[in-house]
Amino acid sequence: MSRKGRRLMLIGIALAVVACAAGLTLFALRGSVSLFMTPTEVAERPLSAGARLRIGGLVKEGSVIKPDAKTITFAVTDTNKDVAVTYTGIVPDLFREGQGVVVEGVIEAPSRLRADSVLAKHDENYMPREVADSLKKQGVWQGAEPSSKSSPARP
Amino acid sequence: MIVETGHYALVLALALSIIQSLLPLYGGLRREPGLMAIAPPVAIMQFVLISISFASLTWAHVASDFSLLNVVENSHSTKPMIYKISGVWGNHEGSMLLWVLILGVFGASMAIFSRGMPSDLRALTLSVQGWIGSAFLLFILLTSNPFARLARPPIEGQDLNPILQDPGLAIHPPLLYLGYVGLSMTFSFAAAALLAGRIDASWARFVRPWTLIAWIFLTLGIAMGSYWAYYTLGWGGFWFWDPVENSSLMPWLAATALLHSASVMEKRDALKVWTIFLAILAFSLSLLGTFLVRSGVLTSVHAFATDPTRGVFILLILVFFIGGSLALFAFRASALRTGGIFAPISREGAMVLNNLLLTTSCATVFIGTLYPLALEALTEEKISVGPPFFNMTFGPLFIPIFLAMPIGQLLSWKRGDLLGAAQRLTFAVALGCIGGLALAAWRGEPFLAAIAAALAIYLVVGSFVDVAGRIFVRGASAGVMLARATGLPRSAWGTAVAHAGVGLTLLGLAATGWGIEKVQTIRPGDQIALGPWSLVVKSFEPRDGSNFKALVVHTEIRDGNRLVAEIEPARRLFSTRQMATSEAGISTLSFGQVYVTVSEQNPDGSLDARLYWKPLVSLIWLGALVMSFGGLLSLSDRRLRIGVARRAQRKPASAPGSVPAE
Repeated sequence: MSRKGRRLMLIGIALAVVACAAGLTLFALRGSVSLFMTPTEVAERPLSAGARLRIGGLVKEGSVIKPDAKTITFAVTDTNKDVAVTYTGIVPDLFREGQGVVVEGVIEAPSRLRADSVLAKHDENYMPREVADSLKKQGVWQGAEPSSKSSPARP
Repeated sequence: MIVETGHYALVLALALSIIQSLLPLYGGLRREPGLMAIAPPVAIMQFVLISISFASLTWAHVASDFSLLNVVENSHSTKPMIYKISGVWGNHEGSMLLWVLILGVFGASMAIFSRGMPSDLRALTLSVQGWIGSAFLLFILLTSNPFARLARPPIEGQDLNPILQDPGLAIHPPLLYLGYVGLSMTFSFAAAALLAGRIDASWARFVRPWTLIAWIFLTLGIAMGSYWAYYTLGWGGFWFWDPVENSSLMPWLAATALLHSASVMEKRDALKVWTIFLAILAFSLSLLGTFLVRSGVLTSVHAFATDPTRGVFILLILVFFIGGSLALFAFRASALRTGGIFAPISREGAMVLNNLLLTTSCATVFIGTLYPLALEALTEEKISVGPPFFNMTFGPLFIPIFLAMPIGQLLSWKRGDLLGAAQRLTFAVALGCIGGLALAAWRGEPFLAAIAAALAIYLVVGSFVDVAGRIFVRGASAGVMLARATGLPRSAWGTAVAHAGVGLTLLGLAATGWGIEKVQTIRPGDQIALGPWSLVVKSFEPRDGSNFKALVVHTEIRDGNRLVAEIEPARRLFSTRQMATSEAGISTLSFGQVYVTVSEQNPDGSLDARLYWKPLVSLIWLGALVMSFGGLLSLSDRRLRIGVARRAQRKPASAPGSVPAE
């Protein structure tokens, strides 16, 4: 093969790999991206059942019910509107009423979410940034500015 | 006084670092021996000063000096000693100090072990190290001073975040930083080559040990972090595609690509400009990782709210180094004499394919990690990119890598024989297929797991085909074969072992498909069937640690009626922070693990437990250990050759390219 031919072949293979990767990326982005919303936004926007969402807010006081070991239901609130959440599994250590939480899952009915992941963070002072932002938007932010405490490289 | 000494030493280190960045640069460009000779002693002195500084902060933590803000916020007098020490880097300020300490270690070892290098390349490399050091020392002193005093010291500290009170903290950050910061060496070498305007195969030989060291530590650091997350986070996940994990994976992918392309450069004097680019890319990605973790732009388990000025400062460092080096690359790369182009079917052709796939997969991780940030900055729309994205993009790109790895090993330099390589791999392919089918028949669904396991077996076996072919000769006696085995270059063993490590990790990942998970309420006396084992809950016992109270669930693992192991998953309450953590009970049984975590006690006294049986799961991390061991073997190969180079040097009129020690 000539020098030029080899170079063209190399470029061809490179382009093919990059094109495959780009195709995969675009395809995957369509399916696995979830939008972050506040409970108020969930209430306002018409959402079809099956939509994938992340919702951030506070765990509403008095809303946590555990029908059995595997299931937990609670409401996520931004003090304006609530979203009812059902989750199967054990919630993280810092999951507590009145604490910030981010849940991710699928909308089952208006303002009802079946969560497949529940995130509560590793520090009692810590509020997920999205939650802090949305609470500020609602004007109910009471905490101090986020403390400058930081975490090291791993949980 | 000790604390002030540490602070003062840090300021001195900055001053030296600025000298190291300017004078040798000027000297290196003007070829003035006097100025070039300044670099090594200054680098060593800088390391000594940073060590003093680090030691004094450690002393403050060990002695619980609560007049220091850093100690108050992260320590407590009752904290066990190991966490008092590891707590030094269990916070932002201390971890940045560890970062520059490791930078100092690398700078000093470069100064000591690089005597054989051309003096201008040596001076320029140390100068670029000086620039990096200056930037980060300035960052520490201006925005994150660990030595800040309190006017009114409290009697007691606030304790370290309980999640971090774990032996993992003592190991994981230093390992990862050794990897991250080790890549600064390859970056400095690349920048120096661009500044000097020349690059050749000997450059690749100088860089190789540093790249290998960084790669070994990065591999270990990532694996250690993954294992730590696995056993502390309590739901048995080991990789979350969390942005912070991704930002350690990206430099790893780039460094892996660099290792391979540098070997092409070393052996065949080709791929020069590309190798330089990869060296810049690898460190740029580790700087990006530092930025993502330290700036607080991310919502992740690692990123807690931080001071915005720090984020801006790190962003400036990032822009300066990445922008500067890429600009230098753009201006000077054309001045480098490029190497020849080569046949596609050859060892170097396989390396190009490896590089192509690794950098592309790195790019997809990059997109998945940064796209949400970019979108939020531009449109204020908040999205998150979940694990399915990465599994869908990263997976397909890695399958050809796995397939090609053993083939590439069997191709010879210059012109390879693809058909011949395929024939030699028949055995590995057959073994993989048989293994996969057997597992599918034995374990059943999911069949994807069986396919991945088949691929893994092929990879492990195929990795050793090359070495085996060089050892086993028909008719040779065992002694001859042993001699051949020990006579093989260590780097050939290194490649085989490292590649087999990748296969082991893949096998561990594949086996996760056959895992069993149960969630149920437990009481003492309960018996639970979990895969091949049965678990007997013996008792709930309260137990006190030095700074926490715990409820321990004493559980026996039985195989039929035979007691195999005992585990004690627990729930801990740390009194200072009023924070509860769960401690998983883990037992490794024939490479698989029984993994149990428990929740808070229910009102009726029972507990909710999560129980897993994860077959072969430990291979995921053992594979990474094996990979690093392969890297170590490859590194020791260098040492042999250095001996040769030294011997050659002693004879007059030889040694055109002597080699650095490691």
